[in-house]
Amino acid sequence: MRDLSLHILDLAQNSIRADATLVQLKIICDENGILSIIIEDDGCGMDEALLKRVMSPFATTRTTRKVGLGIPMMAENCRLAGGDLKIESTVGKGTVLTATMNTASIDCLPLGDIAGTVVTLVSANPEKPEFLLFCKTVKGETVFDTRQVREVLDGVPLNEPEIVSWMDASIREEIEPIFGGVVL
Amino acid sequence: MKSLAELQAIREKTLNRINLRKEDASETIRVVVGMATCGIAAGARPVMLSFMEETEKRGLGNVTVSQTGCIGMCRLEPMVDVYLPGQEKVTYVHVKPEMVSRIVAEHIVNGRPVEEYTIGAAEK
Repeated sequence: MRDLSLHILDLAQNSIRADATLVQLKIICDENGILSIIIEDDGCGMDEALLKRVMSPFATTRTTRKVGLGIPMMAENCRLAGGDLKIESTVGKGTVLTATMNTASIDCLPLGDIAGTVVTLVSANPEKPEFLLFCKTVKGETVFDTRQVREVLDGVPLNEPEIVSWMDASIREEIEPIFGGVVL
Repeated sequence: MKSLAELQAIREKTLNRINLRKEDASETIRVVVGMATCGIAAGARPVMLSFMEETEKRGLGNVTVSQTGCIGMCRLEPMVDVYLPGQEKVTYVHVKPEMVSRIVAEHIVNGRPVEEYTIGAAEK
């Protein structure tokens, strides 16, 4: 993966497959330059056995092939950048994936197109789940919540082209001043 | 969030079009982009965004763009399936954003698949 936004797009698919109703994407950079990416869902969760295996590239719930590279690739990129990847999960409650990295590390991936990732997720999954994007750095914080958008739309699907453009512009406008000059 | 009042205005505009479309649901054209780890790593996200942009630009209200997982041919990603009503699906492989406008113009609008981009041409 070229940047973190693509990793987020990839890992969020696991939450969608876990039949989540709410997927929260939190991107937080603290004053020491430690970047945390938290993907939290209220999906089916994983039992202890699967949770142990899930870091392995040879673990997957799919039957069409024997590899699952999403989590191990992200974990490797975190470790290269002086961080780590941790997953907590409870069956029936959901899963929280926390990826950390040091933005001062030369190997820390750039953030990439976060708005593009959120818009792709929402337009491909217009009915379920809801997505919440929370971004926070020393420069401020912002929240984008599809539940609010849905309320205003009142029955109009979230993946209508004009709505998608609005969401893209809206997220871009909000996050730029927060990440600008803080995270690549 | 950006002004929700603006969103409200956009909603009013889209509403009429949606109601029109509901009447001919059987005419819907589906574009499905492979969006698993392999697809994303190969560049599926810009391809999907290009399809959304292109259909919006042309005002093609009868086209839905959605995503699917990995179908086991990762070396051919990014892959896109196009379903025209009453026709067999067409699978495009190694799709790049710059190929999208031609697929939309020739296949989705005019009904002629772009043979050279299809899996049949790639696997010869």
